[in-house]
Amino acid sequence: MTTLLSAEGLHKSFGKTSALDGAGIAIREGEVVAIMGPSGSGKSTLLHCLAGILPPDSGTVTYRGQDLTAMTDNARSELRRTEFGFVFQFGQLVPELTCLENVALPLRLSGMKRKDAERASRDWMERLEVDTVADQRPGETSGGQGQRVAVARALVTAPKVVFADEPTGALDSLNGERVMHLLTTAARETGAAVVLVTHEARVAAYSDREVVVRDGRSRDVEFVR
Amino acid sequence: MVCIVLLMSIGHALLGLLEGGPRHGYDLKRAYDERFGQDRPLHYGQVYSTLSRLLKNGLVSEAGVEAGDGPERKRYAITDAGVTDVERWLGTPEKPEPYLQNTLYAKVVLALLSGRSATEVLDTQRAAHLRAMRDLTRRKVDGDLADQLICDFALFHLEADLRWLELTAARLDALAEEVAR
Repeated sequence: MTTLLSAEGLHKSFGKTSALDGAGIAIREGEVVAIMGPSGSGKSTLLHCLAGILPPDSGTVTYRGQDLTAMTDNARSELRRTEFGFVFQFGQLVPELTCLENVALPLRLSGMKRKDAERASRDWMERLEVDTVADQRPGETSGGQGQRVAVARALVTAPKVVFADEPTGALDSLNGERVMHLLTTAARETGAAVVLVTHEARVAAYSDREVVVRDGRSRDVEFVR
Repeated sequence: MVCIVLLMSIGHALLGLLEGGPRHGYDLKRAYDERFGQDRPLHYGQVYSTLSRLLKNGLVSEAGVEAGDGPERKRYAITDAGVTDVERWLGTPEKPEPYLQNTLYAKVVLALLSGRSATEVLDTQRAAHLRAMRDLTRRKVDGDLADQLICDFALFHLEADLRWLELTAARLDALAEEVAR
């Protein structure tokens, strides 16, 4: 399998606190990788650097041969919008928009006509079993439904990589499992890689392999494929 | 595929299945395997030796012989004493296992005492646990509700082990100091 996204020698500090201390990782096409580690180990910082959200102090992040750290902010934003999808723990949906409009948002931002964007979004909402809340606002849905709407929004642009930072962190076990099952099934069907940050082993068990981050350094614990 | 050991009394399970009506040994085995056998179906020998023990203890009685194409098959019925026994079993909690003298703990301490890498011990175990959890998760995703519940039981226990492995990894320096004293 070809390496899609990789990072080498990442260092990142916030003030005097070092979050990453030489972390590296390689994500191959279509694989689901869980990044695990204790609180404060640097796993979310690693995800944010990989996704081009945070610039590392030093080290490189390479996506399909392009160095993300050398790109302009605009080029990185464009890359994030077209190639990456994101699912976070909280607060990712726009409260004023309906769930359907939320899912359609990345397509609309890319210039797609409303009708086409909403048609594609409805398909994804059906796959994620949230088509029943299409016309409701995020505040009117349950936590599990909201996360599945967020997963639909992350997948609607057919991204190559989905970044998921504690996507089940605010959900009970049953809803968390449903989100993970639907997210990984959809990603495997579409060939998207998933980079999943979680502290829950049952969530990580949906992945193909695990990378452990401790004290800002990452370590591959197991390659399954 | 991960092997799930159902820590359960076969005798009580057979008695419970007989509460639905008399059955012969082969039928009981099939019913047991379907509900609880998963990766560990019962051997015929286990079924018949268990039934003869239940018979001896008055918990089941013979309920005639069923004629069929093959050899004649004895049918068994649960007795009142058997029903009472099932009720007592269902109402008695299983003893919670505290796992105090854990092999993993011993391995970590011995690694520290001998100057080997305890982190390596913990990481190797962690990888094995997560591999087992992945197998169970795949099985759960493909399985029916019974599979899901059985796999969840194993997954929650493995997760508890993993939390211990993670916590111990975070406390290794302190533990190393303590065992060096």
